[in-house]
Amino acid sequence: MSADRRAFLRFASLAPLAAAWPALARAALDAQAGPLLVLVELKGGNDGLNTVIPYADARYAELRPRLAIPRDQVVQLTERTGLHPSLAALKQTWDAKELAIVQGVGYPQPNLSHFRSIEIWDTASKSDEYLDSGWVARAFARSPRPATLAADAVVIGNAGMGPLAGRGVRALSLATPEQFLRNARLARDEGEATRNAALAHILKVEHDIVSSARRIVPSRAFTQAFPTGPFGASVNTAAQLAANPSGVAVVHVSLGSFDTHANQLAQHAALLRQLGEGLAALRGALREIGRWDSTVIATYSEFGRRPRENLSGGTDHGTASPHFVLGGAVHGGLYGAAPALDALDGNGNLPFAVDFRAYYAAFLRHCWGIAPRAVFGGDFESLLLFEKSV
Amino acid sequence: MRWTRLPLLLFIACAALVARAQALGYEDARHLLNRTGFGATDAEVRDFAALTREEAVDRLLGGARRESVTPPPLFVDEPIVPYRRIREMPAEERMAFRRTLVQQGLQLRAWWIGEMLATPSPLTERMTLFWHSHFATSQRKVRFSQLMYRQNALLRRESLGNFATLLHAMAKDPAMLVWLDNARSRREAPNENFAREVMELFTLGEGHYGERDVKEAARAFTGWSLRPASASFVYRPMWHDGGEKTVLGATGALDGDEVLDLLLARPETAQHLARKLWLEFVSPTPDEVEVARWARTFRAARYEIKPLMREILLSPAFWARENRGALVKSPVDVVVGTLHTFSIHPADLRPAAVTSALLGQNLFAPPNVKGWPGGDAWIDSATLLGRRQFAERVFRGSQESMTKDAPRTAQEGDMAAAKPGAGPRAMLGRGLGSYAFNGTSWQGPLAAPGRLDALVLPIAPATPPRAEGIERLERLVADPAYQLR
Repeated sequence: MSADRRAFLRFASLAPLAAAWPALARAALDAQAGPLLVLVELKGGNDGLNTVIPYADARYAELRPRLAIPRDQVVQLTERTGLHPSLAALKQTWDAKELAIVQGVGYPQPNLSHFRSIEIWDTASKSDEYLDSGWVARAFARSPRPATLAADAVVIGNAGMGPLAGRGVRALSLATPEQFLRNARLARDEGEATRNAALAHILKVEHDIVSSARRIVPSRAFTQAFPTGPFGASVNTAAQLAANPSGVAVVHVSLGSFDTHANQLAQHAALLRQLGEGLAALRGALREIGRWDSTVIATYSEFGRRPRENLSGGTDHGTASPHFVLGGAVHGGLYGAAPALDALDGNGNLPFAVDFRAYYAAFLRHCWGIAPRAVFGGDFESLLLFEKSV
Repeated sequence: MRWTRLPLLLFIACAALVARAQALGYEDARHLLNRTGFGATDAEVRDFAALTREEAVDRLLGGARRESVTPPPLFVDEPIVPYRRIREMPAEERMAFRRTLVQQGLQLRAWWIGEMLATPSPLTERMTLFWHSHFATSQRKVRFSQLMYRQNALLRRESLGNFATLLHAMAKDPAMLVWLDNARSRREAPNENFAREVMELFTLGEGHYGERDVKEAARAFTGWSLRPASASFVYRPMWHDGGEKTVLGATGALDGDEVLDLLLARPETAQHLARKLWLEFVSPTPDEVEVARWARTFRAARYEIKPLMREILLSPAFWARENRGALVKSPVDVVVGTLHTFSIHPADLRPAAVTSALLGQNLFAPPNVKGWPGGDAWIDSATLLGRRQFAERVFRGSQESMTKDAPRTAQEGDMAAAKPGAGPRAMLGRGLGSYAFNGTSWQGPLAAPGRLDALVLPIAPATPPRAEGIERLERLVADPAYQLR
């Protein structure tokens, strides 16, 4: 019997005991599983201006005669800033001071193409630089995660490896633990050492699948209910992975498409409702298993959308936009700068206030104590979003 | 040189000569056909086994084609809708239009896979695919299958023709002009996208030009544009910056063609291409001395591709034992190679195109202008399991594994979003049924374990199967070595 298996059984044998003392179970889970970063990709470019709304800025209503959310419907957070009504489910997290809203996240010389801009976000490159590996993969290549994790990173559902693409990261792509366990039977961990580098890589991936398969556990039941629909299913799987006793360092979920060029109001409201309710459910589930304080949830998207609405009742590709960071260790509040609707660029787009690499840097430092410079090849002072250390 | 080494050198030289003059034999023929095409049948391997290296390579190069053998989908001749018109469409019309584009894109992919299977010259298609990844242009921005097809035909025409001709034509290719924004580049605001990539990716390679070269070259390409209605190349003198420019040390009122000639005159261009061809045909670790030798051949042949390919395919490195199975199969290698090697002839090839996309290679939609990174990057946990599921599905005729559990990719999202209910998953469910291997009609060496191994795998299996016949074959295609070529 392998050491991994023995460790697992030892833990499993403790589980019933631990269940009798929830505090003990939590401490055991946190210590063993380590910090968790849940990345939420809003695919297609989310309209930040109708997500975190500068409702007191007269220019907002001027730019959006058809799309502006009426002031009385905005979920008001401060005297100037509020949330789209479909995000009402996040109000509780805000009130608990566990929701940080970072406004104006972007980068210099913004690229307005979906796939180029998401590549910039995924690889954390400069606007005119092409990097092969994702930013998380680069971070983990320099500072490897413990081999005892069930996986370094798991991509749930409809997305590529994105920020997790590259060497040095043990990343899985799966829809549910059950599906992964069913497929993993196709992998065998049997290769011998070889001088053929390509074969060695395949054998390593195979080994990773098999070793993860030993530590991925079947789904458990939560008291917390999850919304129906694909995003609800994704956050359910995220919660399952958070509950895994061996731990996973990063989970990636995605929602979309936010590419609302036409007839935006209803589509955007439906998407934000899924987002808000999904994240609120995830919070509930993580609190239930004592994983909330050691988890950070963060959104990102390739770009925001243009402040001035277009003639089709939609919005075109833009630049900077606000993002959400949730977690028990998060110091809730507003960060960055409110959208400068009086300082739009030649394309009518917003200037950025916070470089996205400074946004990422906060997670690298807080979750794993990784210095951002080595990952981004430059100094990006990380945002101070956290009050407690994980 | 010390005289004591002379006998050894003589021996190596003689051995090389003998190898050149001898018949290839089964293993070497299999190696050549799999590296230059997509899989190979037992009959093809036996056919080539009787040839010498030179005879075999000359036969491959002599059979190169400039056109496809299969007729393209009819819509490639339909006029395109001007881009401006799309933006003005009412929402519903635009959705319907998008669906049409997605369906046509899928047909085009299926057509190319069909061509890879039907062509008498798989090397032509491998080179066409190589150039597609080199001049990586994506339908996700270009949108029209007509333009992607036109570019594909150009790539095929010069796939084993002349690189200088190809480069000049590619710079004026409509899909490329849209893809890298040159169509909109005017002298008041030159767009640097094409100028940068033509230096960094298509010719010189990184580090062999400066920012000033990019800016000046961008001015030279201004005015190379498109007619909105036909999307054909047009030179707009009013948009062109006719002023003096300095690119790579040469000064004058340069135009785009002159800049391309300057790039072709630099030795780094041939070096860059020779190196990429090593990665495509030999191994992941180029021998820089040998690459430099190939580059000199390429330049001396004025960028004629056949003499270079002849040199590559007859080089000791290409045949070296340690380089057998050193390359990771691309998804196209896996899908097309499996169908070809095992004589599977599905009625509908769209599921094959979707499978390739799910495994990470969506034809006509490379991830970015750098093309597919290839090599180890083809294989992660999802794509490796996906490859296994594809093989399992083909060899066990299992009905649901691929559809339920296929890995998901961003491309799939795009396709699925465009037509709800007709996503690739549903497509696979309907289509992959006819992808089953038929062991009773297959003409392969099922009864000869040694030859079966040699046909299916480039190197010995990681786990030698203790089984024979179909069961042995199933084990071989599930072996890690099946992912190599």
